[in-house]
Amino acid sequence: MTVPGPTAKPVPEPTPETQPFWDGCAAGELRLQRCTDCGQAYFYPRPVCPACGSVNVEWFTASGQATLYSYVINHRPAPGFEDEAPYAIAVVELAEGPRMMTNLVGVPNTPEDLVLDMPLRVTFEPRGGVYLPMFTPAREGSAP
Amino acid sequence: MSGAPGVIIAGAAETDQVGKLPGHSTLALHLEAAVNALRDAGLSTRDIDGIATVSAPGPVQVAHALGIVPRWIDGTGVGGTSFLLHVRHAAAAIRAGYARTVLITHGESGRSRVGATPYRGSPSSVTGQFETPYGTFGATTTFTITALRYMKDLGLTPEQLAYVAVAQRRWAARNPRAAYRDPITVEDVLASRMIAYPFHLLECCLVTDGGGALVITSADRAAEFPKPAVHVLGTGESSETPLISQMADFTASQAFRRAGQDAFAEAGIGPSDVGHLMIYDAFAHVPIYGLEALGFVARGEAGAFIAEGNTEPGGRLPLNTNGGGLSYTHTGMYGMFAITESVRQVRGEAAAQVGSADISVVLGNGGSFSTAGVLVLGRHPR
Repeated sequence: MTVPGPTAKPVPEPTPETQPFWDGCAAGELRLQRCTDCGQAYFYPRPVCPACGSVNVEWFTASGQATLYSYVINHRPAPGFEDEAPYAIAVVELAEGPRMMTNLVGVPNTPEDLVLDMPLRVTFEPRGGVYLPMFTPAREGSAP
Repeated sequence: MSGAPGVIIAGAAETDQVGKLPGHSTLALHLEAAVNALRDAGLSTRDIDGIATVSAPGPVQVAHALGIVPRWIDGTGVGGTSFLLHVRHAAAAIRAGYARTVLITHGESGRSRVGATPYRGSPSSVTGQFETPYGTFGATTTFTITALRYMKDLGLTPEQLAYVAVAQRRWAARNPRAAYRDPITVEDVLASRMIAYPFHLLECCLVTDGGGALVITSADRAAEFPKPAVHVLGTGESSETPLISQMADFTASQAFRRAGQDAFAEAGIGPSDVGHLMIYDAFAHVPIYGLEALGFVARGEAGAFIAEGNTEPGGRLPLNTNGGGLSYTHTGMYGMFAITESVRQVRGEAAAQVGSADISVVLGNGGSFSTAGVLVLGRHPR
């Protein structure tokens, strides 16, 4: 038996319908979809509007602004996260409405520092050939 | 459904033991549960013409292992509530004449992982792209993530959340088969190891091995069986989301609500008619969401309702009387054990028997608020 080496963190594999999202992340933009019939903005990427069933949907660049909707601080690390536990797994609410899961960077991952509804902004971290959207506290004067 | 022929649970049983069973494969747990449920119904495998279970091992494997050539198959696999959906689907099949006597089985080597399917996910799935990269690691990191939002919006306190585990331990103390029976306090819960803030170890379900099975048939045969018939009075099912991050409102489950409304409407009952309740408790907050979704309390009131003692022994709404997933057993897909306890209560043969179980309701969850099933079971036909 060999001792396993450090496990890498999971890397997402884009599919054709999600590729524009990941291309956006690589370009430093958070791209979402919006229905051109009913106006609904939504996430995760898919070719049908979840509000009205229309296939008339388009990509747009979101502001990157969000608020902290909910989170846990995980003490049993997933493979690849051993050095970071305890770490927060968060769900943020984007200014445009949709929510997404993320990690919170540039802030201690403690209950005292992570206050629900605190303002956040997107930042992108490279991992295995893609860039992952992460969120960090939005500070006075910081660009969105 | 008014006027539809009645359907009953004629047999219900669990494996001889639940807990740590490294001598049993997943399939062996299914088969032991099946044999026990058939014995409970006074039937043999030759009487079964319909089969339902989840993969793996799935209905084809279970039917073949038992020598059953079914004329009706259901492999619905939507997590721990699947068995409640099997009951619902079996009831429809029996009414339609597609099957006469259906066997539903559960077996899971959740702790020992003997003959178990490995957990795996594809990095190109929606979950693999948009949740797994952030370090999710099983239900302790996903099912739990709604709770802080609920606590902020509706005022649930850490002590009230902890009390869910305290109340259920009081039931487990009366159940000789329960994994944990010693009394605990709110302080004990809050002092237990942090698993995923705000959840401590004692607010998370067990991980065990075990199984259970049911025999479903038409109510006109009720007198043929050795045990009192348990009538399936109403059923409901629903789904909300495969991704916990996309649950529409982190303070309420749409799937719980829809499944409950349909089951109560079919049974022609309301919350005040219910004398015994099982709500799938993978984590301490789930019974809180369940009580509110089913209309037993108003939104935001369930934490206080439990903390005031209403659901524990001596309370007016006995809830999770086997001790639940928190203290009795939790193989991974616990829903079967919620049904078997409900059946025991309706029959009057439970370890912690309550006096009010003429109508019992079971709410099952699958995944992390992904799916739901509800059964209304009764001692008498509607």
